[in-house]
Parts: sequence; structure tokens; C-alpha cells
Amino acid sequence: MANKAAIGQDALIEKGWWKSHQWLVWRRLSQLSVLALFLLGPWFGVWVIKGNIASSLILDTVPLTDPYLLIQVLLTRHLPETTAVLGAVIVLGFYLLVGGRVYCSWVCPVNMATDFAAWLRRRFGITSAARLSRNTRFWLLGLTLAMALVTGTLAWELINPVTAVYRGLVFGMGLGWTVLLAIFLFDFVIANRGWCGHLCPVGAFYSLIGRVSAVRVSAIRREQCNDCMDCFIVCPEPQVIRPALKGSDETSPVIRDGACTNCGRCVDICSKDVFQFGLRNSGKMNSQVANHQREVLS
Amino acid sequence: MSVKQSGSSRGVTRRQFLAGTVGAACAAGLAGLGLVSYTRQASALPAYAIRPPGALAESDFLGACVRCGLCVRDCPYDTLRLAKPGEDVALGTPYFIAREIPCEMCEDIPCVVACPTGALDHSLTDIDKSRMGLAVVVDQETCIAFRGLRCEVCFNVCPARGKAITLEMQHNARSGKHARFIPIVHSTDCTGCGKCERACILEEAAIKIFPLHLAKGIQGEHYRLGWQEKDKAGQSLVTPDVEHKYNLPEGMGYDYEGQGLIIEEQAAETPYPDDPLETLNRGKDRI
Repeated sequence: MANKAAIGQDALIEKGWWKSHQWLVWRRLSQLSVLALFLLGPWFGVWVIKGNIASSLILDTVPLTDPYLLIQVLLTRHLPETTAVLGAVIVLGFYLLVGGRVYCSWVCPVNMATDFAAWLRRRFGITSAARLSRNTRFWLLGLTLAMALVTGTLAWELINPVTAVYRGLVFGMGLGWTVLLAIFLFDFVIANRGWCGHLCPVGAFYSLIGRVSAVRVSAIRREQCNDCMDCFIVCPEPQVIRPALKGSDETSPVIRDGACTNCGRCVDICSKDVFQFGLRNSGKMNSQVANHQREVLS
Repeated sequence: MSVKQSGSSRGVTRRQFLAGTVGAACAAGLAGLGLVSYTRQASALPAYAIRPPGALAESDFLGACVRCGLCVRDCPYDTLRLAKPGEDVALGTPYFIAREIPCEMCEDIPCVVACPTGALDHSLTDIDKSRMGLAVVVDQETCIAFRGLRCEVCFNVCPARGKAITLEMQHNARSGKHARFIPIVHSTDCTGCGKCERACILEEAAIKIFPLHLAKGIQGEHYRLGWQEKDKAGQSLVTPDVEHKYNLPEGMGYDYEGQGLIIEEQAAETPYPDDPLETLNRGKDRI
């Protein structure tokens, strides 16, 4: 551990490149494909999905609406058409299944900029960091909802960088790139994982869904952990790992914290294959099954 | 970085927790203050930006529109666009600029149908009833119709031709013998589609679409128009109607229909007939 060349070196040697990067690759593919699907229409006239991340229509039939936005609309005391409500229910159901902040790590384009900033920080050993509470995002989430209630308008949407960047990519960027650049620089220079991990109220909202969502990462073979710390270093929300990885035998190895984005970097980076995707409530059982399996195999 | 860094089980003292919480709350509050004032400023819709048909009143619209752009996508004429960062219009909201691409007033109103939230009111099914704005002849100095030249382009391109814009014939005082055909906009029929502004032949349009609140006056609640009240009641509501009488010189009449003073036939002759006896016989009743 002490003379380790680089983060993820162990995994690379033990598991090979693909096994130590596969979730990262899938994730980037997911982010880019969702964007590509939105761009197929305006660029090539193929309308698989129309609209943008705020609300859209798949094949002119299935509506999708961001539930966080819909809640704000309701708070402005506007009663939306059923299309938007149905769309929000579908999206909510999806993220309840696959994990709330899957939105952040598998769909949101800002994630690519902030991941890049975090990677650069690790690469150049930049440790300067403004001290921010990770709970700030929940205050901001409350603030955005209060703003909708008080002003009667979607005030947050006037500055929301997440939707602004997506809308920019699909409908024309304008000065939207400056927003993305600002977030990148904030994360790169000022605060490690500053935007996605501390401030973004969109992520805060989806983390609330993540508290009950079905698919979770589980430290299923935690007794194999060799304390290399790689997972803590690459994880965008390292505080979520400890209770699952370092818990006692009675505690579940499942990462239950809603802040976990299900990005799967810990799964990739662990040379001992401690982590794997599983279901929220099957953690304990899986752990035993896994132990059993290993005994059988060895 | 080491495992020890995060310390024992709960490495946060009460003081740290309070400081952290208060810090986060203050940061959020500060952001809120900034956002409130920014909201005011950013929600003001510039006059050139026209909302799509069926858009709710601006303050409601900004609460209902999720900025998804489905209306933009379903507009067959690429009229609509979403406000980009750096533009004056509230970020991400749909609008159009009449002078660039006006609304073609599709009968099936696809933009309204596409709206998932009802920010574009789905109860609007007749495009003629939409009120995106109101055409206003803003500059009578450059509009060539006011100079006595024949143009009438706005009148002719209007989808509600002859209703939303009519031509009023006036006397051309400059030449003294020609007419002027002045375009008059009627808010009863104008949808604010902007085709007149698009078509105006001037370098800068003399007829422009304005948001209704800028274009329309509103008369006081208490205001009553006497002739309307009279029609409603069937009689004058003030003092009994006095029959109007002209007080004109002897032998003269008045015709309202543009002819003004007329000299009555009999009076056209001299008051002193050829036969002086007649004058004498008329006697006192004349004076």
C-alpha cells in the first residue's frame, strides 16, 4: 500500500483493464447515448426522443418528466396536465428501481465535467479544498422549493446549470458553456467534488429517492478488504462506503446512503472484488451466499 | 490520506456539527437572497419576445413551463426557440420574434398540444382566439400609409384580413385631393401572430407586436359610455333627452353627412321679393 504506484494499479494488475474500468465505460456510454438519443432528432431528423432532460416524449408516446421539476411546478400552485404527471411517475419509478442518483452518474452531463475535474485533482495531487458541508445541497434543495412557493415561478430554473447545460447541448448553447466551465473550475480549483457532492440540489433530490431505491452497491465480500483505500479515493461520496465496508458483522454490507450514485467505480477499482451491484434488502443474505460460494469454489 | 483521518466512529463534536449546519444554512440563505433579486430581473419579458399561442399570463407561465422545448420541436415553421443563457428572456423559456419568423397560426396548434404541463393552455383549440400579443402601428411618421402612399401590406398579409386590421380612408391634407388608407388594428380579432410586423416594408417595422399589457390601455372600472348605457336601459339615464336643435342663421340647415352647412332652397333667394307688396303682406310674423 505504501509504495503503490498509482490509484487503481492493483486492480489493473489483478483484474486487467476491462474488469477494472467496465462500469466507468458503461456509465460514459450511458451518458453519451442518452445525449445522442436527444441529438438524433435535431441533428439527423430521427425523433426517438423529443424534448430535453426536463421533460420529453419517447417515440411520440411515452412521456418523461423530471419529478423534481414537477414538484416545483406544483409548489407554484399550477396544476399540470396529466402528461407531465404521468411522465414524472415513470421517471420516479425508474429511479426508485435503479437508484436515485443514477441520474447523476449515468445521465447528467455535468457529471463528466466534475469527474474530469476530480480526476485532474488526483492526477496533479491538488488537495486545496474549500470546506463545505455535504448537507449544503439539502439546504439549497429546500431553498429551491421555497423559492417556487414564494415567487410562484420556477426560480431555480433561471440558473439551474444541470438543465441549462442539457438544454444547451440539445437546443443551442448560447453562453451555457460558461456555466459548465464555472462548475469545472469550481471543482478543479476550489472544492473537491464541490458541485455534485456538496451543492447541487438536483442531486440532493435524487439522493432522497436513493434512500429507498432497489439497486445498490454492496460491499459483499468486505472481509476481503485489504485497506488499500482506492475505493475511498475514487468515490465521489466516500462517506457512504464506511458503514457498509467497515461495519460489524451485524450491519448490512449494502451501501444504503442515498448519496451513493451507483457509479460503480468502487466495483471497478477494488482489486479484491469486494463490491458488487445488488439489491437493497438482499445484502446480508448475499453476503452469506457469497461466502458459501467462495468456500465451494476454493 | 490515511484511514485514521476520519477518526473514531463519530468524529464530529457538537460544536463542529452546529458550525457546519449554520454555515450551510447561511450559504443557502445567501444564495437565496441573490436568487430572489435575480428572479425579479430575469423574469421581466422584453417586449420583442412573444410567447407561443395559449401561453398563460407571464407570471403563471414562469411557474408552469418546465422549459422542455417540446413546443419548439413540434412547431412546423421553426418559429419558436428556447431562451439561451445570456439572452434577455427567462432562461429556457419558449418565445418567438415576430420580425424574424412569425406564428403561422396552425389550425391544430401543435405547440399547445405538445406542452406537457399546460403552460400553453390546452383549452385553446381555436387559434383565432389566441392572444400572443397585439399589433400596434407604433410609428405614424415612417408608416408610408400615413404619408398618403399606397402600401397596405400589413392589411393584406393579416390572417384575419379585414378584421384584425382594417383600412380607414382619410383625407390627404398634404396634396389636398388624395386619400390616405390608414391601417387600424382591432384587438377584438388580432391574435398577435406577427405576420404584419414580419411583412412591413420598412427597414424597421412601423407595425409591431407588443405584449398585451404594453399594447392595451385599460379604462377605469367606474367608466361608463353614455350611449351604451342608454342602449342597455332603452332610455337616457341622466336628464330627459333634449332634442338637439341647431341654432343656425335664417334659411340655413346643417347636414351631418359630411356636407356641413347647407342653404335651404327657399332661402336661397333674396329676402326682398320683386313685388314690394309681398314684403308688406308678410308683415309682423317675420320680425
